[in-house]
Amino acid sequence: MSGIELHDMGDIILETRDLTKHYGGVHALEGADFILRKGEHVAIMGDNGAGKSTFVRQITGVEQRTRGEVIFDGHPVHFDGPLDARKAGIEAVFQTLALADHLDVPDNLFLGREKTFMNWLGPFRFLDYKGMRQDTLDALQKTGVKIPNIRNTIQNMSGGQRQCVAIARTASFHSKLTIMDEPTAALGVQETAQVENIIRTLKEQGEPLILISHNMRQVMDLVDRIVVFRRGRIVANLNRDETDGQDVVAYITGAKTQPEYDVEGVT
Amino acid sequence: MAQQSDGIGGLKYDKSKKAWPNEFNIFIALILIVAIFEALGQILPYMNGQSFLFDTQDRFDTIFNEARLRIIILQVAIIGIISLGVTQVIISGGIDLSSGPLVAATAMIVMSFAQTELVNGNPNPKAVFGPWAFDLPIIVPIIVGLAFGAMIGAINGTFIAFTRIPPFIATLGMFLICRGIAQWWTRGQPVSFPTEAYAWIGSGMMPVIWFILLAILCHVLLRYTVYGKHTYAIGSNEDAARMSGINVKRHKVLVYMIASMLAAFAAIVLSSKNLTAQSGMGLFYELFAIAMAVIGGISLTGGRGSIIGTVLGAMVFGVIQSGFTYVKLDAYFQLMAMGAIIIGAVVLDQWRQQRAASRS
Repeated sequence: MSGIELHDMGDIILETRDLTKHYGGVHALEGADFILRKGEHVAIMGDNGAGKSTFVRQITGVEQRTRGEVIFDGHPVHFDGPLDARKAGIEAVFQTLALADHLDVPDNLFLGREKTFMNWLGPFRFLDYKGMRQDTLDALQKTGVKIPNIRNTIQNMSGGQRQCVAIARTASFHSKLTIMDEPTAALGVQETAQVENIIRTLKEQGEPLILISHNMRQVMDLVDRIVVFRRGRIVANLNRDETDGQDVVAYITGAKTQPEYDVEGVT
Repeated sequence: MAQQSDGIGGLKYDKSKKAWPNEFNIFIALILIVAIFEALGQILPYMNGQSFLFDTQDRFDTIFNEARLRIIILQVAIIGIISLGVTQVIISGGIDLSSGPLVAATAMIVMSFAQTELVNGNPNPKAVFGPWAFDLPIIVPIIVGLAFGAMIGAINGTFIAFTRIPPFIATLGMFLICRGIAQWWTRGQPVSFPTEAYAWIGSGMMPVIWFILLAILCHVLLRYTVYGKHTYAIGSNEDAARMSGINVKRHKVLVYMIASMLAAFAAIVLSSKNLTAQSGMGLFYELFAIAMAVIGGISLTGGRGSIIGTVLGAMVFGVIQSGFTYVKLDAYFQLMAMGAIIIGAVVLDQWRQQRAASRS
């Protein structure tokens, strides 16, 4: 497992070694060894409380890990917060959306990286509204997101539209790694299809993705590999082509465990 | 029915779908209030059919009662300048209670640097400093005033951004500190007799001109610059702003500095207009400034509001004040009615917001 040498990661974009998080006496995440290759889309599945979100929170610096290593893009990293992770190139769409409700779509898409002119004015440099609006239309068209009017403020949008804006924003950053935590949990059929389209676009562009989802059909449709968590441990690492829904469910529920993950303490 | 667009999935900027601007409602309210006072002038028996807005006695060449209009605008101009800064603070999700006392403190300090040596041939009886401080160029008191404002704003902003003290508490403390500074500066004595150049700043309709110029400047800042966009973003969702890489702390300091500098400039204009500075100046100014912004449709939770709204709010404020005097309402009742109107404005606005939210 740890035959790969540090700084010589080949096509591996993210690796975690023995990643562990304890909340007091609760072992939310225990010894997670995980590898993600460039351009690869991996789904993380598991029951509620299996450690999926905890795993992601350690990677994105939302929480500080108890133990273990995270190696991103060839370097061991220790993010102090999600902003740190974002600067390093990890984009995460969380279940709680990070959008400014009173701003419209282009404003949100370009928040913190506005197109400007007369830059010598420093913080008072002018906004290039026209350019941002055009780029927003391009970005939305590319990802296939349908929003009736981009000048609408976020607060006047449906949950699905908000989610689409958040994901379009993430996708338009061209990050080194995108993480989506249940992006379609609260969405209708059409909106789910839109989000899935964005994910396919990311795949075509060769951008790696970690997708947390409960939706078996979606996972089977979208990703290359499925990693199953149970009780804070990784219990299976399955190629999509070599498995099926029933198999995955067996791992999720604990009916099966892959032999290499069969450690003491996991039943 | 909105116009059909030709972009994929209807991705076209559709002007017809743009929301009814909130400012328009305030403008309508302004016209309605003027109409009510006009009607009261005709109905109330003791008014003898006087007109609120129009010139019925041919005192001027215009059809409007120019004297009243001037008074209305002049009355709100100085508090209006403060309100421009308060608007930015509230949009960023904060509040600034220190602006009134800051006006007093700044006026006292600034006036000390703007005194003239001889008053009617006699030495200035109110001199604060020695002879070196007499008849300084006008730029000196202005720079001193703005620097003092910037300093107070920086202190406000730094405490709020870096210690997580609620803005209400931080600026409440500064409220007392500034009032203290104003009284300590001359041990309560007024500071008077400025130079002619200094007296020009607030003479005649100059306060109105400053108000208009600064309103345009602030409007451009808020609407068309990165500074403005980040101010709205922080007030709307501070976490999202931080996650987007905006330096929220630094930005907050900047917002409070700009607000306090505007209040300091209002102090310069006010002391110049009154030709004197007293430690009791600016009473209730911070609250009136907040009230103007609130009438102008600002959201006290941040993220929503505009300079145009605040300017209209200031006009409504001035018209109501002038109208109360015009219908000979007792000064006691004026304050009470003003309070009721401010509460009413917020209730109405919230009701409208809820309706708009439930419609979409």
